[in-house]
Amino acid sequence: MIDRKWIGRTTKPSVLPIERRRVQFFAKAIGESAAIYLDPEAARAAGYSDVVAPPTFIFAAEMDSGETEALLNELGIPLSRLLHGEQAFRYHRPVCAGDVITVQSTVDDIYEKKGGALEFVVNTSRANDQNGELVAELRSVLVCRH
Amino acid sequence: MTVMFEDIEVGYELPPLTLPPVDRTTLALFAGASGDHNAIHIDLDAARRAGLPDVFAHGMLGMAWAGRLLTSWVPQAQLREFDARFIGVTHLGNIITCRGRVTEKLELEGECAVRIALDSANQYGELKISGNAIVALPANNTVES
Repeated sequence: MIDRKWIGRTTKPSVLPIERRRVQFFAKAIGESAAIYLDPEAARAAGYSDVVAPPTFIFAAEMDSGETEALLNELGIPLSRLLHGEQAFRYHRPVCAGDVITVQSTVDDIYEKKGGALEFVVNTSRANDQNGELVAELRSVLVCRH
Repeated sequence: MTVMFEDIEVGYELPPLTLPPVDRTTLALFAGASGDHNAIHIDLDAARRAGLPDVFAHGMLGMAWAGRLLTSWVPQAQLREFDARFIGVTHLGNIITCRGRVTEKLELEGECAVRIALDSANQYGELKISGNAIVALPANNTVES
């Protein structure tokens, strides 16, 4: 059972510099071929500052930094029992190459279903840009199978 | 062509997006690009140690595909909210089709917008993702307060 004391646990800030090559690689991996995700000139012509990070890209921030792994370790959730239950994003502006995004998360809730066979961890995150402006809010529901 | 608020009615279906069959290369590339290096998605031995017959797709890969459905319909700058519930495991060989249907026309913080119900299912009709999105749409007439 996951200790409820972790409700309120906050991650260390994860800084994700948005690199053009990484965005292009992500676009390739998801089969995205629209020019604004690949070509800086096309992105600028469309009104963006550089290639655009696809909508789910910033989820990488706490993967890259190891904060997601640290959270799972501390809560005692082995990767082999982990399921991603839900994911939500609220956007305030698109993120482009050249931005530096900082993500910080808080465990909002931990609860169980099916007599404890499944436990749920609700994690909410705020993503700010290099000027401290909020660019997106994230909410994850992680599921641990027992 | 610009999608206008007035031209979209509740029940409108977005042009669906069908992906190629899920293969190991796609999962390996997504692991690297997304930063999700959980071996259960890329290493058959790790999947078997976890009691699974084979590797399977990252939930966030399916969500990224649903995102493509949205951003191929309207510019990404118009995306306001996007959420997904991961209902079923997407296996190797699955051919996923992402669909979206407008369920509501609304005003959100002074903008005209539509709510879209999303679903992604494989070639056997098995649901993998159920979600929602809100996208702002330009309007010929600005919203009256």
